Amino acid sequence: MTNETRAQGADKPALIVGVLLLAVAFLVGYDASQQTITSTYGIGPTAMPYVVACGLVVLGLAHFVTAFRGGLPKPDAADSQALLWIAGGLVCLIGCIGLGGGFVIAIALLFACTSRGMGRQALAVDLAIGFVLGLAIYLTFAKLLTLILPSGPLERLFL
Amino acid sequence: MDTLLSLLHGFTVALEPSKLLFCLIGVFLGTAVGVLPGIGPALTVALLLPVTFKLDPGGSLIMFAGIYYGGMYGGSTTAILLNAPGESASLATALEGSKMAKAGRGGPALATSAIGSFVAGLIATIGLAFLAPWLVEVAVKFGPWDYFALMIVAFVTVSATFGDSPLRGLTSLFLGIALGLIGIDKLTGQARLTFGVPELLNGVEVTTLAVGLFAVGEAFYVASKRFRDPEEIIPIKGSLWMTKEDWKRSWAPWLRGTAFGFPIGALPAGGAEVPTFLSYSTEKKLCKYPDEFGKGAIEGVAGPEAANNASAAGTLVPLLTLGLPTSATAAIMLAGFQQYGLNPGPLLFAEKPDLVWGLIASLFIANVMLVILNLPLIGLWVRLLAIPQPWLYAGILVFATMGTLAVNGSPVELTMLFAFGFIGYLMRRYDYPVAPMVVGLILGPMAEAQLRRALQISLGDPMILLQNPISATLLGIAFLALVAPFVMKGLNRFKASED
Repeated sequence: MTNETRAQGADKPALIVGVLLLAVAFLVGYDASQQTITSTYGIGPTAMPYVVACGLVVLGLAHFVTAFRGGLPKPDAADSQALLWIAGGLVCLIGCIGLGGGFVIAIALLFACTSRGMGRQALAVDLAIGFVLGLAIYLTFAKLLTLILPSGPLERLFL
Repeated sequence: MDTLLSLLHGFTVALEPSKLLFCLIGVFLGTAVGVLPGIGPALTVALLLPVTFKLDPGGSLIMFAGIYYGGMYGGSTTAILLNAPGESASLATALEGSKMAKAGRGGPALATSAIGSFVAGLIATIGLAFLAPWLVEVAVKFGPWDYFALMIVAFVTVSATFGDSPLRGLTSLFLGIALGLIGIDKLTGQARLTFGVPELLNGVEVTTLAVGLFAVGEAFYVASKRFRDPEEIIPIKGSLWMTKEDWKRSWAPWLRGTAFGFPIGALPAGGAEVPTFLSYSTEKKLCKYPDEFGKGAIEGVAGPEAANNASAAGTLVPLLTLGLPTSATAAIMLAGFQQYGLNPGPLLFAEKPDLVWGLIASLFIANVMLVILNLPLIGLWVRLLAIPQPWLYAGILVFATMGTLAVNGSPVELTMLFAFGFIGYLMRRYDYPVAPMVVGLILGPMAEAQLRRALQISLGDPMILLQNPISATLLGIAFLALVAPFVMKGLNRFKASED
């Protein structure tokens, strides 16, 4: 067993984090190198990005070292279906707001999808609950706190 | 004497009926949200920030104080009854508290934590009131180099010293600082890391990051392992009230906890977990019934809970006098201040004494309200814990997105919330602390501004940082704190998990 893990060598998650950190460092550094405005005295807006990029490079390399020395803590297996439902709910929300569907419908979708992801099997009921919840929040915000939440066709009926 | 006068004046501000109402709403909402499992004070404040958006600064800051204390109290209720500490500072409370609840002594456990929090909060707030003006005098003399050095200390202590792994803490911090670079550079107008997306020109909102990492990330995390650890509420049996014996065993731990909590919280040394664990181990040593520890000793709840609350008031000292947040909660409170165009620091005491002293006075009032509100309402809070988990987390996500939508409802902002949520999930999964990222986002740009100001004054000579005694000392401390964990590997560090 121990031989096998040795032979496999590196801890994959740690390697991936290391690569990602190097990628972010490159992005930050590249963006700084493309900047046009410089400061006449003191240090300019590019100095800090370069410092951060260097720090990220060091941390990325440190992750490579970690990968060969035990790696990151090993997590339990994740329930990917649950994650997909919640992610789906958030995508529905973003889409609904982006396309002008309004707050209430977006919240209803998010509420129903999240409940489904957390293990409830009553999508229609949860849609209804989310709808009522969204409507209540919308009216409270609009009337009491005079904060305007995104409106769609449905919200315009109430205002 | 000046302090007393200012404080009295603060009370006249905070005792207006409308302010009292705000404070009451804050305490109520804070406890209600804080009691939900998985939600600590930082998230409570972040979620409720939009609610205070349209109020006047004075009123909403007072509501804030209530939310902050309410969230802390709610967190310890969850820790005791669910054995699910919402934040690392409640870990010690959960150790003995849940054992007490299992033994049918949940009522006294909640009572000693409520009264202990009250005592600690009261003493620590007095400490805050007297320490703050003194520190303001010192802070007025601080140059930009000193501020820069202080922020470096905060960076190091928040991310490296107290976590499980300095590497993961620093990674989290640097990602936060990188996020802080996004937007228009304030000194030159140069756009950085915006990639032509106009919504990014204003930078990343602290609340979006915090709510994404804490709330959305937590929802993902809980969903991903929902079949593994079902949480059970331990019903409260027997009397709610503490017996004479309980009182006798509680008062000294309260005071000792406060003595640990306030000074450590006031130092820019990050976090309440150190004083809570110090208090826990001290009580264990001093207790007359050491064999009760691990089976539900009331000292083990009274001490850490007092330490926790005292250190929360302690973190307000650097926040109000220096504008320096040393915990995730303080970072979000700073974002709240900035939302109203207020910059905490020595100037705020001079320019807006009403506001600062009103806030300090309302901390006293919030404390009193908490005790009055919470002892009779424990039954209500316990019922909140019984909301089915799917609805609970669906509701949390609704509140999280609602906050973002109310402040800035663009799809770009929502997409960021989603992305931060997923990052928060991955960080939880691989045990990266999330608080340093939030602190990095808010302190990064501040540190950069101070450094550039310092170097402008010195005409570009970086030695100015080492030539001033204060900044040189602080940088030395930061260096030691950074290197120490690597040098003394294997040294027992406090295990700290995240909000």
